[in-house]
Amino acid sequence: MINRALVLILLCASFSAKAELSIQITQGVDNPIPISVVPFAWEGAGVLSENVSQIVIDDLQQVGEFRALSPGNMLSLPNEENEVFFRDWRVLAQDYLLVGKITRATGSQLVQVQYEFFDVNRELKLAGEVLTGSVTQLRDIGHEISNVVFELVTGTRGAFTTQILYIVSEEVGGQTVFRLEKADYDGQRAQVLLESNEPIMSPSWSPNGQDIAYVSFETSLPRIYTQNIATGQRRQITNYPNINSSPVWSPDGNRLAMVLSKDGSPDIYVQDLLSNELIRVTDHPAIDTEPSWSRDGSAIVFMSDRTGQPQIYQMEVGASSFNVERLTYDCFQCMKGQFLPDGVNMVHVRRETRQDPNYQIAILNVETLRVITLTDTSLDESPSVAPNGSMIMYATKFAGRGVLDAVSIDGRVKFRLPSSQGDVREPAWSPFFN
Amino acid sequence: MVISLFAFAACSSTGETDDAGSGSQSTSAGSSSGSATSSAGSSSGRLSQEEIRAQNALRQTVFYFDFDIAEFKSEDRDTLTFHARDLAANPNKRVRLEGHADERGTREYNLALGERRANGILNYLIVNGASRSQIEVVSYGEERPAQSGQAESAYSRNRRVEIVAR
Repeated sequence: MINRALVLILLCASFSAKAELSIQITQGVDNPIPISVVPFAWEGAGVLSENVSQIVIDDLQQVGEFRALSPGNMLSLPNEENEVFFRDWRVLAQDYLLVGKITRATGSQLVQVQYEFFDVNRELKLAGEVLTGSVTQLRDIGHEISNVVFELVTGTRGAFTTQILYIVSEEVGGQTVFRLEKADYDGQRAQVLLESNEPIMSPSWSPNGQDIAYVSFETSLPRIYTQNIATGQRRQITNYPNINSSPVWSPDGNRLAMVLSKDGSPDIYVQDLLSNELIRVTDHPAIDTEPSWSRDGSAIVFMSDRTGQPQIYQMEVGASSFNVERLTYDCFQCMKGQFLPDGVNMVHVRRETRQDPNYQIAILNVETLRVITLTDTSLDESPSVAPNGSMIMYATKFAGRGVLDAVSIDGRVKFRLPSSQGDVREPAWSPFFN
Repeated sequence: MVISLFAFAACSSTGETDDAGSGSQSTSAGSSSGSATSSAGSSSGRLSQEEIRAQNALRQTVFYFDFDIAEFKSEDRDTLTFHARDLAANPNKRVRLEGHADERGTREYNLALGERRANGILNYLIVNGASRSQIEVVSYGEERPAQSGQAESAYSRNRRVEIVAR
């Protein structure tokens, strides 16, 4: 067994958000993988604040590829390897089995979570370790176990320890209050990072997940700020006339792509965060906006309405502004393009025809030109890709309110994070933190 | 009996102006009664027809736009001309043009559309005598809707430019 220290993100003293988000699975796969997660035994005094095995079950079921067996249908409730009889799980047609127990670490306030993960058909132990942390880190430990299980079964790195940023607006006493919040990927443990009576827009993560950038109207004008998550320290990055918006970190973390309309119409610029040097990328009298970086940081994908309606283009940073490659053609409006980690498939917001009023999340393969529309609601926007490329979170409307939905890359699985109050929008999925 | 009927009529008309859809009606009713008061108040010199028109025009500070259209409506041209002349005649006056869009389409595009709409009015005011330094432009995109909801009735009220005195 490996003794592994959990890497936990230090959070500055910030307020717990009033309304927590909780997940609803709205669409799953046809043949989910059967897995049994036996309730972990707690061998200490009192009651634990978190149910670790339930956290793992929720994680695995939310991404739609797993179906967990109800403990009431289990024939035995093992907590460690010597209590496991594979026959008990084979007769229940289970493919995988996770068992564990939680104990108080001797002489400290920490708890130890021991887990073991088995392939039922091959009667093989695939993983097992002890994770140590404080009681308040039990959610992180649960998500960490989910990552291990998910990667062993699917071959894809799990993103259960990642986080999201999003914007909430809420009517309070006749006034609109805007909040920038951060939460676990599943909406739990939401924290307010910024609250304002003026709009907040366009949150984005630095590549190492330690800093964020966003647009705040707190001075009554839209300006770009960065903020360190651990210290809360803020820095105003821009103060140009007119629109300052859409900050997006370069893959190396040294530059911010942004939209400025200081020279007339909105164009794409890149500002170096150390030297503050500003490079103009696009130069066109139409609207150019929504920049995103290519994987290697050499090119920028953006939206322009230079042909009359929004379409998606790409150009090298520093190239002549005439050297623009158009990426979308067969839609009335194609917007907010961003490449998936494979560099070939581009997620975007799509309105097919002028007559069709729906805005949906779609993926375009720029080599085959094949388009897959992933959503079937009508006001979908702000797609943000999980760092393992497996899911896309986006904003939509449900019952007149803004909510966050997530959909798998193949469109088969969907889940929703409803909020109890306010309009929730502009999700930004974090990178991996380690 | 007559009095109670009158009261009933008053109640029902109040109820009507409280409806969300008739907001513009109540505004026009308010401005016409306002101009009546001011013209009655200036006992020494009656306001000319032109001055009354100017006062009424300056009371209209919200201008609505068609979907995906950045040009202001032709029926607002005269009203905006009065706003431009008012700024030209009062060089110390400062205003802010706040551009807005409805929620359809992406937020960043709507931020840009709101600015395009406000710039259209900015240019018209300057051509008609206002000074650039008197006017600040800011776009809120779809972030500050005048009316919530996913119907065209809400969308049409959210696609707007507001002239706000500073």
